[in-house]
Amino acid sequence: MADDVIVTEGLTKVYPGMDVPAVDRLDLAVSAGEVFGLLGPNGAGKTTTAGILTTRVVPSAGRAFVAGIDVVRHPALVKQVSGIVSQQNTLDRQLSVWENLYFHGRLFGMGGPASRARADELLESFSLSKWAKASVYALSGGMAQRLMVARAIFHRPAVLFLDEPTAGLDPQSRLALWEMLEELNREGQTVVLTTHYMEEADQLCDRVAIMDHGHVLALDTPDALKRSTGADTIVTVKVDRDGERLAAALARELEGVVSTRVAGDVVTLQVRGTERLVPRTVDVAEGEGVGVLDLAVAEPSLETVFINLTGKELRE
Amino acid sequence: MTTLRIETHPTRSAATASRAALGGLVLRDLTVLRKTFGEFVLRTLIQPFLLCFVFLYVFPKIGQAVGGSGTGAAGFATILVPGVVGISIMFQGVQSIALAMAQEFGFTREIEDRVQAPCPIWLVAVSKVLSGSVQGVIAAAIVFPIAAVVHAAGVTATVDLHWLEIVTLVPLACVAMASLGLVLGTSFEPRNIGLMFGFVVLPITFLGGTYYPWTHLAPVTIGHVHWLQALVLLNPLIYVNEGMRAAFTNAPHMHLYVVYPVLVGFATLFLSIGLRNFRRRVLS
Repeated sequence: MADDVIVTEGLTKVYPGMDVPAVDRLDLAVSAGEVFGLLGPNGAGKTTTAGILTTRVVPSAGRAFVAGIDVVRHPALVKQVSGIVSQQNTLDRQLSVWENLYFHGRLFGMGGPASRARADELLESFSLSKWAKASVYALSGGMAQRLMVARAIFHRPAVLFLDEPTAGLDPQSRLALWEMLEELNREGQTVVLTTHYMEEADQLCDRVAIMDHGHVLALDTPDALKRSTGADTIVTVKVDRDGERLAAALARELEGVVSTRVAGDVVTLQVRGTERLVPRTVDVAEGEGVGVLDLAVAEPSLETVFINLTGKELRE
Repeated sequence: MTTLRIETHPTRSAATASRAALGGLVLRDLTVLRKTFGEFVLRTLIQPFLLCFVFLYVFPKIGQAVGGSGTGAAGFATILVPGVVGISIMFQGVQSIALAMAQEFGFTREIEDRVQAPCPIWLVAVSKVLSGSVQGVIAAAIVFPIAAVVHAAGVTATVDLHWLEIVTLVPLACVAMASLGLVLGTSFEPRNIGLMFGFVVLPITFLGGTYYPWTHLAPVTIGHVHWLQALVLLNPLIYVNEGMRAAFTNAPHMHLYVVYPVLVGFATLFLSIGLRNFRRRVLS
């Protein structure tokens, strides 16, 4: 499609010495103006995928295009239209906050006055103006992250890549970053992010590709993914004994149970229909002689989708 | 939040963007040099100062027999002074590139950002060599006068400036040593920098002809084999120092027909190995 900012065709990466591909025949298309998430556990292949798209990882097979340009054949051109926020803090420690932005502009071919004006403007809009002259060592984790986003969008890239952008950030900084990305997206910024936080993917992304072992297991909007579970309620019961027996009893006696899962002392039910779920669950537990230590009812999340797809939890 | 338009497609050719990126990278390095110039001068001068102080001031004062005394000591000064310039150029290459790179590849990960510049990856390494070479030239310029000041009475180097050699050999030596720095910085893991100093930098400096001209090694033989003289020919610093002797003094030196091509050869070799290593470290 002409509007696709990113296209991959059969993209595969096998690292030397590894038997299994890190990314296995990946076909993706990301449209302009979209916030696209690659969600999966460590080792799912998200970072490798992002690495190929940002020209740092050379694919073993397949092709990838950013803004219509082949990333293997013309990496330097791809870099002209990409903005990257990596997992680690890669700010230039020998430059001030302002200089980190200014020299980014020079690097991307902007003249002195234009770079200066743009650096001022970005510091202002990212609320970093009063730190302009400070060393980047003086910045907190959240502020450093903000400066890295400001630097990445300095040259108005066609696509902004963020690799695990909120890993290691405090909750407040995470919310601030989400707001910032939403604001940028409203202005038309295409964003591709990798994350293993399902709330992040849910909150930010227009579409999410759930990845595991180098494959995309499911790709859709967060809502559609959650609908695909067939359940509208997730009941989580923490028990003092006999989780398996309770799970079997609940599946038998409650209506609309789509699936049950026992992990340690936690029984999870995916249920369609929410009628009197809590009292009925407690009744069944009492009937079975199983003590309920905790009981929670929630809507399905992307975590639920991931568990259904892989049989394991995202954070495992 | 922003005033610029989103660049949906590259607006500049790869060549134009690369040229601008190279300019930006060097500009950044020179800005850092300007901001830290005091520190740069101190770390550049301390070693030459100590060398001159110990060999040209303390030794003659206490009658320690390095190069003898009186005219012998002055002769040694003439040998040492260009050697000090040579060794400073080499240390500049190690410090401004190898150490900086170890840091950027290591804990700061700054290199990750630098290689996102809209140019081929090798050009990022070339920019390092360029700014490292500029630092080498500045180092040579501030180190040379030191020798004129720090010495005991009578222990004066006989200096004679050969400008043609100075303006060609100094930059050539700087590029060769900066390229060596690139090789070292990209070959050693950040945690093995100590090894690099012990097994590469120290042998190069002690066997690099800083304290003696190459011809003076002839008496070191096993049987009739001038083994040390032959061995040190592998050391690039030998050619740098012999070249500096040709540029700054009238002391005997290796023939320039040898010095020029060998230095060009080392620069080419180091640059190609360094660029290849750099690419390998950055890409996976």
